[in-house]
Amino acid sequence: MTSSLRFRAAIVSIALFLAFVGIWHIATRGTGTVAAMTPEYAKLMGLTATQGKSAMPGPLDVGAKLWEHLRRPFYDNGPNDKGLGIQLGYSIARVGLGYFLAVLVAIPFGFLIGMSPLINRALDPFIQILKPISPLAWMPLALYTIKDSSVSSVFVISICSLWPMLLNTAHGVGSVKREWLDVARTLEVSPVRKALHVVLPAAAPTILTGMRISMGIAWLVIVAAEMLVGGTGIGYFVWNEWNNLSLANVIFALLVIGLMGMLLDLGFASLGKLVAYQE
Amino acid sequence: MKPFVFVEQLRKMYPGARAEGPLCVFDGVSFTIDKGEFVCLIGHSGCGKSTILNIVAGLDAATSGRVIVDATEVRGPSLDRGVVFQGHALLPWLSARKNVAFAVRSRWPRWTEEQVARHAQKYLDMVHLTGSEQKKPAELSGGMKQRVGIARAFAIQPKMLLLDEPFGALDALTRGVIQDELLQICAATRQTVLMITHDVDEAILLADRILLMSNGPRAGIAEVVENLLPRGRTRQTIHRDPHYYPLRNHLLDFLVTRSKRYRNGAGSEAPRTTAHEPAQEAAQ
Repeated sequence: MTSSLRFRAAIVSIALFLAFVGIWHIATRGTGTVAAMTPEYAKLMGLTATQGKSAMPGPLDVGAKLWEHLRRPFYDNGPNDKGLGIQLGYSIARVGLGYFLAVLVAIPFGFLIGMSPLINRALDPFIQILKPISPLAWMPLALYTIKDSSVSSVFVISICSLWPMLLNTAHGVGSVKREWLDVARTLEVSPVRKALHVVLPAAAPTILTGMRISMGIAWLVIVAAEMLVGGTGIGYFVWNEWNNLSLANVIFALLVIGLMGMLLDLGFASLGKLVAYQE
Repeated sequence: MKPFVFVEQLRKMYPGARAEGPLCVFDGVSFTIDKGEFVCLIGHSGCGKSTILNIVAGLDAATSGRVIVDATEVRGPSLDRGVVFQGHALLPWLSARKNVAFAVRSRWPRWTEEQVARHAQKYLDMVHLTGSEQKKPAELSGGMKQRVGIARAFAIQPKMLLLDEPFGALDALTRGVIQDELLQICAATRQTVLMITHDVDEAILLADRILLMSNGPRAGIAEVVENLLPRGRTRQTIHRDPHYYPLRNHLLDFLVTRSKRYRNGAGSEAPRTTAHEPAQEAAQ
């Protein structure tokens, strides 16, 4: 029954995809009027003017671009012309580094906040004010203090992935069942052993949910951050191709961003399954 | 013989609503337990019997009064007092054996992995869980979970055992089976036990002495009933003992009617000790 449901869902998915591509293809077939012009003038004009081709790329154009990129993902022809694999690599490295730094701060502080009602209350106003600040709003301060655009984007990633992890860790640690803590107390378990063997596994699913949300946000923010700081990265690639007016490249980049985000999310979902427990 | 456990003048107050002032849950609770004795504490919900057990365990603090176990005043939880919790309190991410091993490791930190595993297995075998050691608590039935809880408490070889309505959540058949097991284990280990229950039959089967608590607020121990049914009681034969029904009626009468009578005055009176005489009961 489940396999047949999955099978039927796959058929519907494929049908929807084909319908979408079909409509896209028809919509971008090109209906523009072709003006009469001299061959010299026509050479200066694009295909839109000379053949009535749609300015919006169709599925075939994007498919051709896709093939082009997949064939040479790692070429490097100077600052403004690098393979998509390289650009993606830069983005992943920035997200990875910024995210890792955020983990280093969020998990210990989350533990502290979750364990101590005093620290919780004391830090609460700061967290409440800092949390709603758009991560990109930090950019000027980061650029001024760090004086390096690439490191600044790492900082922005750090600060945006900090909050969900911090709050989820604090919540997970703070809501460990009283009876499990009582078990640890009656067994005279040392504080370190209690933290590692009772509180951490009990809070792990909540912590991992926070980490998953954080990774999602980090991947959203890196594109915007790279559009701002420029130079390298998938976000910069999108902006650069917009300046080149290569919409086929932009659409292809969107697809890659979406796929990568999905892979990251799936990775965290399977990590979450590892630490999940059933009560 | 000097008693093993002294509970002296325990009182628990909770800060209540401002108009009513602090709420006194129980007051003047005193009793003793001899080494190797099985004592049950019976009372209606809200009389604070779980709180008393938690105070003896060291998990909760009394407003006044003190508890002395083995000539040492209780100041906090200790490996000397094993606790079986009401809601089994197993760590759900660990298998049955690892739950027991966690306790064993706490008791003997220097043991090798193999020693810990062997010791844990011995106690799992004791509660008839052989073959289910690798299962997580979610895969075990309610009765099996509570068995793991019992194995965990016994595995640390505590000086006394505290059971907080351990069978409350189980169906009657499972409860009977585990009661029998507990009875056997206690008889074999000569364990000193304090158990909370609201099941009269369970108390008669298991306990050597039954402490009856009056209703709260200001609850107290109203009567102490000696169980004169000889040790070696079993579930199959206990109801044929001529002393069984008089004792059972006595306890039920207390819960149904007399427990209310002591209200608001329990602390001042000394509990009446009944060395339960069936003849006396019949004469009433």
